[in-house]
Amino acid sequence: MFKKILIANRGEIACRVIKTCKKMGIATVAVYSDADKEALHVQMADEAVHIGAAPSAQSYLLADKILEACQQTGAEAVHPGYGFLSEKREFQEKLAAAGIAFIGPDAHAIFAMGDKIESKKLAKAAGVSTVPGYMGVIKDADEAVKIAKEIGYPVMIKASAGGGGKGMRLAWNDLQAHEGFISATNEAKSSFADDRVFIEKYIEQPRHIEIQVMGDSHGNVIYLGERECSIQRRHQKVIEEAPSPFLTEAVRKAMGEQAVALAKAVDYKSAGTVEFIVDAKRNFYFLEMNTRLQVEHPVTELITGLDLVELMIRVAYGETLPLTQQDVKLTGWAMEARVYAEDPYRNFMPSIGRLTRYIPPAEGPNVRVDTGVYEGGEISMYYDPMIAKLCSYGPVRELAISNMRQALDEYYIRGLSHNIPFLAALMAHPRFVKGELTTNFIAEEYPDGFHAEDLPVEDPRLLVAVAAFVKQKLVERACSISGQMPGHEVSPGTEWVVVFNGTNYPYKISTIEGGYALEMGGPTITITSDWSIGQPLFRGVVTDDNKHHIVVQVDRKGQGYQLFHNGSLANVVVYSPRGAELAALMPVKAAPDMSKYLLSPMPGLLVSVAVTEGQEVKSGEVLAVVEAMKMENILRAERDGVIAKVHAKAGDSLMVDQKIIEFAD
Amino acid sequence: MVEEVKNSGESMQEIIRQLQEKRARARAGGGPKRIEAQHKKGKLTARERIELFLDEGTFEEWDMFVEHRCHDFGMDEQSIPGDGVVTGYGTVNGRLVFVFSQDFTVFGGSLSEAHAEKICKIMDHAMKVGAPVIGLNDSGGARIQEGVASLAGYAEVFQRNVMASGVVPQVSLIMGPCAGGAVYSPAMTDFIFMVKDSSYMFVTGPDVVKTVTHETVTAEELGGAVTHTTKSGVADLAFENDVEALLQLRRFVDFLPSNNKQTPPVRPTLDPANRVEMSLDTLIPENPNKPYDMKELILKVVDEGDFFEIAPTYAANIITGFGRMEGRTVGFVANQPMVLAGCLDIDSSRKAARFVRFCDAFNIPLVTFVDVPGFLPGTTQEYGGIIKHGAKLLYAYAECTVPKVTVITRKAYGGAYDVMSSKHLRGDVNFAWPSAEIAVMGPKGAVEIIFRQDIGDAQKIADRTEEYRQKFANPFVAGHRGFIDDVIRPHATRRRICRSLAMLRDKQLENPWRKHGNIPL
Repeated sequence: MFKKILIANRGEIACRVIKTCKKMGIATVAVYSDADKEALHVQMADEAVHIGAAPSAQSYLLADKILEACQQTGAEAVHPGYGFLSEKREFQEKLAAAGIAFIGPDAHAIFAMGDKIESKKLAKAAGVSTVPGYMGVIKDADEAVKIAKEIGYPVMIKASAGGGGKGMRLAWNDLQAHEGFISATNEAKSSFADDRVFIEKYIEQPRHIEIQVMGDSHGNVIYLGERECSIQRRHQKVIEEAPSPFLTEAVRKAMGEQAVALAKAVDYKSAGTVEFIVDAKRNFYFLEMNTRLQVEHPVTELITGLDLVELMIRVAYGETLPLTQQDVKLTGWAMEARVYAEDPYRNFMPSIGRLTRYIPPAEGPNVRVDTGVYEGGEISMYYDPMIAKLCSYGPVRELAISNMRQALDEYYIRGLSHNIPFLAALMAHPRFVKGELTTNFIAEEYPDGFHAEDLPVEDPRLLVAVAAFVKQKLVERACSISGQMPGHEVSPGTEWVVVFNGTNYPYKISTIEGGYALEMGGPTITITSDWSIGQPLFRGVVTDDNKHHIVVQVDRKGQGYQLFHNGSLANVVVYSPRGAELAALMPVKAAPDMSKYLLSPMPGLLVSVAVTEGQEVKSGEVLAVVEAMKMENILRAERDGVIAKVHAKAGDSLMVDQKIIEFAD
Repeated sequence: MVEEVKNSGESMQEIIRQLQEKRARARAGGGPKRIEAQHKKGKLTARERIELFLDEGTFEEWDMFVEHRCHDFGMDEQSIPGDGVVTGYGTVNGRLVFVFSQDFTVFGGSLSEAHAEKICKIMDHAMKVGAPVIGLNDSGGARIQEGVASLAGYAEVFQRNVMASGVVPQVSLIMGPCAGGAVYSPAMTDFIFMVKDSSYMFVTGPDVVKTVTHETVTAEELGGAVTHTTKSGVADLAFENDVEALLQLRRFVDFLPSNNKQTPPVRPTLDPANRVEMSLDTLIPENPNKPYDMKELILKVVDEGDFFEIAPTYAANIITGFGRMEGRTVGFVANQPMVLAGCLDIDSSRKAARFVRFCDAFNIPLVTFVDVPGFLPGTTQEYGGIIKHGAKLLYAYAECTVPKVTVITRKAYGGAYDVMSSKHLRGDVNFAWPSAEIAVMGPKGAVEIIFRQDIGDAQKIADRTEEYRQKFANPFVAGHRGFIDDVIRPHATRRRICRSLAMLRDKQLENPWRKHGNIPL
């Protein structure tokens, strides 16, 4: 076996590969950029080599630097992870020339699958079902219309070199096909310097389902079931699961066999993924093949019990696959949620900065956390803002979902915004729970973006009970302060009112073993927990007619608490009954109208202000430039108006939401 | 008018009934209409405020039957028992406090001679027994009908404020108007809290301002809670409403000792003294010019992450506030690199100096976190008297005898290093993180002075700068001389501070006898 492997990647995937290497007794070498000096993967590896500046083009994408690092450290093989150099044929070739093994497929397989048109031709030849369409070069718009008619509307016109939604046009008729061809061609030319486009049938209610394949250098290829990745936001996968709630055993087998046939056609000898699009009638069509380890591979590992990285290393060393297709058993259900540093309430704007608090859920048989960060670490602007991949497992889908929901409740992240509220909302969405997925799920269910109202509603008494518990602990402690008037010491009150979401919940509290009993009208509710003051996570059991195991994140805020549960942040205050009466007399103050202000969207440096007081501006005009983490953000006018006041000047450090410019009314 | 209770020939029950009636009349204050008006303004009544502030059922009211003695301008026609202020004592979590609460529903809370006497009485008692005085201010000002008698009343209160200063804690919560001479009583108390939108403080109101300076300004802009907690620094905290203010005031009182002879109260905690915070090892950014949030350090060091910040929105380049270490109150002072790079200027020096002196007066140990690049340069600062204002903080730290623990996290440059609770100002325990740079100034500035002749030679300057950085941009030069007791790992900061404070618990240090020092006011 290899003695030393270099991991040409960073973040969670580098950490994940290092874990398997450690298990196999293989020494590891990490590479890192300026921005990653303190990164987790560097700490975990046996050795680490600095390879350049923070931008990936000056570090993680430099094949020569990585080759140098291999030679310097004596690494015999390179695991590329995903992204960066993982699908760069030249990198593979350079390593091969230097006699260093590449833990992945051969260059010719990477090349064959790298081009969308070429890979489709290959797939068709291998007997793989492809989307009806025309793969040849289309000479003009008229020909495009002719081809579209033959395929039958709706059709999709796509850039051959495309990706990320660029150079794609949907056409429902001849006119749209004509225009679509021209605009897709232009966009492809400007984006990819390659104006070739192709046309294919547009699949309605599409699902994204992919087959994991694994090959060795002895001609064996097996498939390890599928993953459904239909929950995507702007072509970025958000939730993945295995198996798919949609496939039948027969379809799974057919897809698996076609995937294996394709892999064999290119002598595939590593882990790879064959992506299919599946329509409402379970017709499936080949999309593309990813010649690398996929981000979402953990869900396959959870239901197969295999370690894909280990298999990759073994077959790269020349070993034969240790199992055959008959040995592959799919057991239970696995989910993966991608935890991102982004603000779901601000159109998923990336949120960078320091993780002031970071407590991931504990790993166990039902929870797996693949992460590359730690408390006090930094999410930088240079790379993908993924914090972790949170995976859950259960014998059936329902339990995998509920385990995921609990793990999300436990995930304590402070210092930057994250998408856990959104993930929690998805996990509770009735349509998701039913498994009625399509790649348009998010666009259809959250057409105007994500809002606090989209969060699941639950029995408020659960959080009321938690608030009551927390309050009582604080009151009991407050009553134990020194220096009380002798003989007139106070004892904790027993009647309180929780004010939560504008509703008062009065209760009477009494101590029971391990917690409290609450009388709130109706049957007595009990709550038990070993929580103590200052702990961020409250774990307890609330019992009414049923037993509820509940995990709530508790932050004290002013007079009350912020309780984070099920994706929602609730502000809760507990008053004495008289206090609640008096609090009800307090005026409700309307939040100030901030729409006439330009606020800083992030903490940063105000580089310039482009307008002066009294100036008239048109919508779209540049107002100011804010620099955050060396990146300039241009702030534009969202409406026409007159500048009433400029609140900040160039060179000022701005806090998030700080006023920069005020418009006249 | 004082009515006489007729004793002769009446049963005890009847007498008690009459007493209850009298009490009920006093409790009714200015009557239902005025109470309703008070509520409409979003304000609670004087008695409701006391009810919420004190432990339930612990209020002992005094002088409920006091009435004014004015006979002019028709005042003899109207008299309400209590005369516009409710006074007495009670407990906050079992600890004794004296309280007065002005009643805006009675003569607009205006201060009569009798009203002032009531306040003076509880202040005198508080001094005798050594308990804090809490004032809930909501007053239209002097009782004009009484003339100089009212002014005399104010002065009596002022005199007592001064006598009580440094003897018992005094806190003012401004919950309505507080204008003219009336502002000077709160001004002499230790802390002023205000309620947003319903309270204001100014020496002269908007009308006078308009006449004299032709400025048009609203009461809120001139002296509202936001103005005083951001612009003037007169008030320490602004709260959203009466309820929040009163409940937070309870939380605040828990930090304070009852008087200058006692140590602060102790409250048990389960937060271990040896709690390790690994993330503090990465708090200091690699780039020495990049800011970081000093509050993160405070929140990770203090018990349960519970920090009561004083004046958070005024002179934010310095952080002041109370927390607990192992259940005992500690005052924190820390430079904030996020604002003006954490430099000292007029406002931050004054803010911190006053805080340090409060802690010293009331036996509250001080923990100081230092990351200070120096004093803020400029004509505004010099013309504004930064020399004397900066000296206040220096004086405050130098004179103070409570336990002083200092941690230098990054920069400690120049005179500002000396000021920030340095060893030389009788710092008891002075730690530095490995990232500390203790020097006369930053490497670049230093080199440009020492090697002025090489200033045209960029390479030479860069080399010299690097040399200076190597030599001085670390804590060991100061360590060699014993100015730093130890260089500690950031993650162990809580444990090291807790141990230091425990070691210092019985510290004895006295300044020479004198009538009083002469702090550069």
